[in-house]
Amino acid sequence: MTKQPKLSLGPIAYYWPKETVEAFYERIAESPVDIVYLGETICSKRNQMQYEDWLAVAERLSAAGKEVVLSTLALLEAESELQRLRRICSNGRYLVEANDMGAVQLMAGKPFVSGHSVNIYNERTLGLLARQGLTRWVFPVELSHESLADMQLRRPAGVETEVFAYGRLPLAYSARCFTARARNLPKDDCRYCCIDYPDGLTLSAQDDTRFLALNGIQTQSAKTFNLVGEVARLRSLGVDVIRISPQSNQTERVVEVFHQCLTDQLAPAEGQAILEKLMPVGPCDGYWHGMAGLERRAQAAAETLI
Amino acid sequence: MELVCPAGNLPSLKVAVDQGADAVYIGFRDDTNARHFAGLNFGPAKIAEGIKYAHQRGVKVFVALNTYPQPSGWPRWRAAVDQAADAGVDAVIAADIGVLDYASEHHPNLRLHLSVQGSATNYEALRFYKERFGIRRAVLPRVLSMSQVRHVIENSPVEIEVFAFGSLCVMVEGRCILSSYATGRSPNNFGACSPASHVEWRETPNGLETRLGGVLIERYPQGRNAGYPTLCKGSYRVDGHTYHAIEEPISLNTLELLPQLVESGVKAVKIEGRQRSPVYVEQVTRVWRAAIDACRRDPAGYRAKEEWLTELGKVSEGTQTTLGAYHRPWQ
Repeated sequence: MTKQPKLSLGPIAYYWPKETVEAFYERIAESPVDIVYLGETICSKRNQMQYEDWLAVAERLSAAGKEVVLSTLALLEAESELQRLRRICSNGRYLVEANDMGAVQLMAGKPFVSGHSVNIYNERTLGLLARQGLTRWVFPVELSHESLADMQLRRPAGVETEVFAYGRLPLAYSARCFTARARNLPKDDCRYCCIDYPDGLTLSAQDDTRFLALNGIQTQSAKTFNLVGEVARLRSLGVDVIRISPQSNQTERVVEVFHQCLTDQLAPAEGQAILEKLMPVGPCDGYWHGMAGLERRAQAAAETLI
Repeated sequence: MELVCPAGNLPSLKVAVDQGADAVYIGFRDDTNARHFAGLNFGPAKIAEGIKYAHQRGVKVFVALNTYPQPSGWPRWRAAVDQAADAGVDAVIAADIGVLDYASEHHPNLRLHLSVQGSATNYEALRFYKERFGIRRAVLPRVLSMSQVRHVIENSPVEIEVFAFGSLCVMVEGRCILSSYATGRSPNNFGACSPASHVEWRETPNGLETRLGGVLIERYPQGRNAGYPTLCKGSYRVDGHTYHAIEEPISLNTLELLPQLVESGVKAVKIEGRQRSPVYVEQVTRVWRAAIDACRRDPAGYRAKEEWLTELGKVSEGTQTTLGAYHRPWQ
């Protein structure tokens, strides 16, 4: 019998007010996720939630039976950012998600999770990081289920595989803040304007095709990646953890739909139809099927029949 | 300070050597490097000839093996590392941890540089690569300010190389998959950004449109010169405004920062452009050689000469240049 994957909630990629964040995790404490990743991963200037505030949320979620993992910044430049990183890495209680090789270095010899911004494309990389202490890794979002199958055959014993399965895709990181640029503000006087865009700021091509989402220094897909229709394959590939990336509305509903599909209370096709109505722009799943990321396989298949 | 110049073929390598490069970097003819373009790069015979030409003139040759192999492609990267070592190159420039691990285990005398595609923006990351693989040098992503570059160098366990001139990535290299989002192919998984195979040019009533993977990147009114549709340099709409929402189509030129780069301890400056012509390589190498020599003779009196800037302006993408992130005043 194949093992049932656990459900995780990734870190909030956006800048939400403190009360919104706290209320969000109060609801998550009651939801059927097993693992919750907490912390700021995008911009060190976002300061609504301080380290102690995150620890308080961690405490609350632990008490509710969730496994808590503290996430770290994906782009580390300033010494102040390294100092905050060291504090998280030496927290002594919670597992840490390393999102940069700097964090991997600081976690050497201790158990850690690697996030999707750490490039693990082959088994030699995975094996080396497992010897440094890696216990779980997030599969790169641009790779297909065929590459995942190859990796699953070769992964070291005791290493868990987590797959990003729902959310706007993380596509790029920059030193430039695109949200501040859109508001015509310099980055060093950004006025924390990304707080106005709880799902990122949608960017369109000149023909009005919604293409990307600007989230501070991060660029995401405008479309929401969704693998709820693939839960059977995820299970058969031996995926240990399925990750949902928070959005400003209906995240608990998304969690519930994934949970119901995993426990056979809901058909995956039905789950897919429900989730597609909850997305800011629409669905995509091209990467998973070895195509351009913005493609959607179901749709592409239908178009070839026309 | 070392001048590291690009060569996409043997004629480029020769002009780079002749014009005063201290090192030339090249790639093999497949997806093991981040300039995997049709008709570009080196087969075994040309590599041998190129290395001979460079070494006879005291110039080093580096080979870029800076993409990320997946399990099915692994034998190709392993063979590329072996081939580079056997050919007697002076360094391999790699990004992937598996590739670095293989190279350091099987070719302990092979000098390793961490590629810009390795995304190392801080000294803790550099310590990782130094301690595990004994890398000797790292190329920094083009996102750091001058003061950040200085801070990395002060704490770095290895030599630092920075980009000085050429096409500008505004995203952290190695962590940008915008290209595969639109086309399925990225620098990481295929060795190309915004690949020509997915470019379309269409005449429409709105003017000339360029598309990448079907996504409209730019519209050019009649009479305006059309540029290549690099994804991050298109005009997009955000909140009702149409503008270069990510980056203008301009290129990096740090000629006027040269004394600061020297003073901060940068070990080597890199010229981007293995995909460019031998004429580009020749002009850019000549100007940068002259500038570095002038700066060495008289650092205090150094000024970027007007004729150098004019010469470089002629070969720059979009014919405009920027100091990039280096001049950022914050932090």
